[in-house]
Amino acid sequence: MNTSTSTVIDAHKVSRTFNPETIPVLAVDDVHLHLERGEFTALVGPSGSGKTTLLNLLGGLDKPDKGIIHINGVDITKLPANKLIDFRLHNIGFVFQSFNLIPVLTAKENVELIMQLQHRKKTEIAERVKILFHQIGLEDKVNTRPAQLSGGQQQRVAVARALASKPQFVLADEPTANLDSKSAANLLDVMAKLNVEEKITFIFSTHDARVIERARRVITLVDGQIHSDTARVETNVPHEVDKLKL
Amino acid sequence: MWLLKFSWKNMWRNRNRTAISMAAIFFAVILAVLTSSLQEGVFDNLVKNVVSFYSGYIQVHKQGYWNERILDNTFESTTLLENKILQQANVKAVAPRVESFALASSNEFTKGCMVVGISPESENSITNLSSKLVAGNYLNDNDLGVLVGQGLAKRLRINIQDTIVLIGQGFHGAMAAGKYMVAGILKFGSPDLNNQVLFLALPTAQTLYSAEGMLTSYVLSLENPSLLRETAQHIQATIGSNYEAMTWEEMMPEVIQHINTDKGSMLIIQGILYLLICFGILGTLLMMMVERKYEMGMMVAIGMKKKTLMQLLMFESIMTVFSGCILGIIFSIPIVYYLYVYPIQFTGEFAKAYADFGFEPIFPTSIEASIFIKQGLIILVLSLLLALYPIVKVARLNPVKAMKK
Ligand SMILES: Nc1ncnc2c1ncn2[C@@H]1O[C@H](COP(=O)(O)OP(=O)(O)OP(=O)(O)O)[C@@H](O)[C@H]1O
Ligand SMILES: [Mg+2]
Repeated sequence: MNTSTSTVIDAHKVSRTFNPETIPVLAVDDVHLHLERGEFTALVGPSGSGKTTLLNLLGGLDKPDKGIIHINGVDITKLPANKLIDFRLHNIGFVFQSFNLIPVLTAKENVELIMQLQHRKKTEIAERVKILFHQIGLEDKVNTRPAQLSGGQQQRVAVARALASKPQFVLADEPTANLDSKSAANLLDVMAKLNVEEKITFIFSTHDARVIERARRVITLVDGQIHSDTARVETNVPHEVDKLKL
Repeated sequence: MWLLKFSWKNMWRNRNRTAISMAAIFFAVILAVLTSSLQEGVFDNLVKNVVSFYSGYIQVHKQGYWNERILDNTFESTTLLENKILQQANVKAVAPRVESFALASSNEFTKGCMVVGISPESENSITNLSSKLVAGNYLNDNDLGVLVGQGLAKRLRINIQDTIVLIGQGFHGAMAAGKYMVAGILKFGSPDLNNQVLFLALPTAQTLYSAEGMLTSYVLSLENPSLLRETAQHIQATIGSNYEAMTWEEMMPEVIQHINTDKGSMLIIQGILYLLICFGILGTLLMMMVERKYEMGMMVAIGMKKKTLMQLLMFESIMTVFSGCILGIIFSIPIVYYLYVYPIQFTGEFAKAYADFGFEPIFPTSIEASIFIKQGLIILVLSLLLALYPIVKVARLNPVKAMKK
């Protein structure tokens, strides 16, 4: 993995309006965002503030009406649909709120899938699966179907899958929203460890104060605009968060 | 390869749904094969019946006879000609006839009738004439007696041993008259035959009509009736343009018309069957797409190309459809074969009506391989066309929308 400090995400004057014809909703409003390799960033803000919309734009799942988004130097707003899918496959790891895994595949097969899509060699896939399951601490659940995994375990497998493709960064929209606090802490442990040890870049949205606590940078969105952007020392008390009463 | 495995797993993710799709296809194939094979079988049987009444599968006449059926359009019977016909592949038997109209009189009554001179033995091998005898004896080669249709006998109030006088016009305008003893009474299913027909031994009839050595037709039976047209063409080519080789289809277009009308209505029934099956399959496909919308959105989101996703779905459909079709064909074979060996029998009034017409009151099936292949293919193609629905859906899939709850 590339560990040199460099720009991963560079979003410039990005806006996204829903229903421009009927009742326009300006979900993301003129956002500038710069993300460096190795960051561990939380995107916070009240419900409806545009977190999901912004993450979808950064992840190349949605296109902005205005603005430019560079991922690793590539302007993804200019990519045609098919290229964009391929770009996501090779550059972005996704962890969704829930139902990340395909129910008919085992945990291992879910992780393998993304590498199979990348046409990786079998031996390479097997090796990487081993490492990833070790990193998420679920070596004993490799052959388990998602339905037999706890919510927290499922999310950890989702993180493994997101990492399997060796992406530029991992994007997670409320990865802990459906988890109890213990599982949430556990998932964050895994993510933080990967961030520190493997220099994986994470950006995740959350409502959870205990999750925000773990971030080194907190970006707060209000009404689609960046309200604050705070870098924090790991041991810092989450003062920003208290003020916002999330 | 992994994609195939993945499809296989997906196929069994919802066993009920896959089972429903497969069963729909399975029963569709069985029903389609069964209706088709019954239809073919019934028509084959109908034709067999109609043809064996009287006409035979093919007749050879002097050119133009069928348009103008008079004694002047006769031809000379030669062993050479008869052998030429008999030597044709697929020809089973040949029977010579000379036929014309005449007046038949008993003591009290006179009726118009059809006088047919036959070679008793060959005739029997084609139309099984002796089996229709209800009283008296069958003819022998130089018999001087007549066989009379039951209806005609009744009208003339005659019975066996009675005398009957025939008066008509013979070859080239000669006077035809003769007196014969009734040797036997025949019962035909067809009222036309029953009320009109009268058989003489061939030489006797030729003498009556002053047409010694002349014939109006050769009546042919075939080994394989499905090669009807080819055989007629071959015969025509061999015997030359002085003669006409006509198939029963050409001689009795009304029967073909009847069959085509029936086939038309059967097509509608099959169309409805196909339609029902399509809706059944479409229903399960719709269910599947709703159930898997989120998951498909997610797969595209994390980087699965739509082409790959389409392949995945196509594999699933093909596996489901193929298994259904193949199982359907495999299971329909013994069913159709059983009904071929033990055809469905009518009972009651219907059966009686059929039997009165001299038809066997049965619904046999046809075991032509082409029926299985054709119906299997139709359903295969229909199902695969339906499987395009998920493909179209995938083409339009927007991952963000698909993943929205
Ligand atoms: N597809 C859409 N069509 C119309 N409006 C939308 C759509 N998606 C989001 N919005 C609107 O855009 C705004 C931002 O929504 P978004 O989902 O990004 O908020 P969020 O911060 O993720 O909220 P939450 O914390 O509840 O997940 C909201 O007002 C929402 O109603
Ligand atoms: Mg959201």
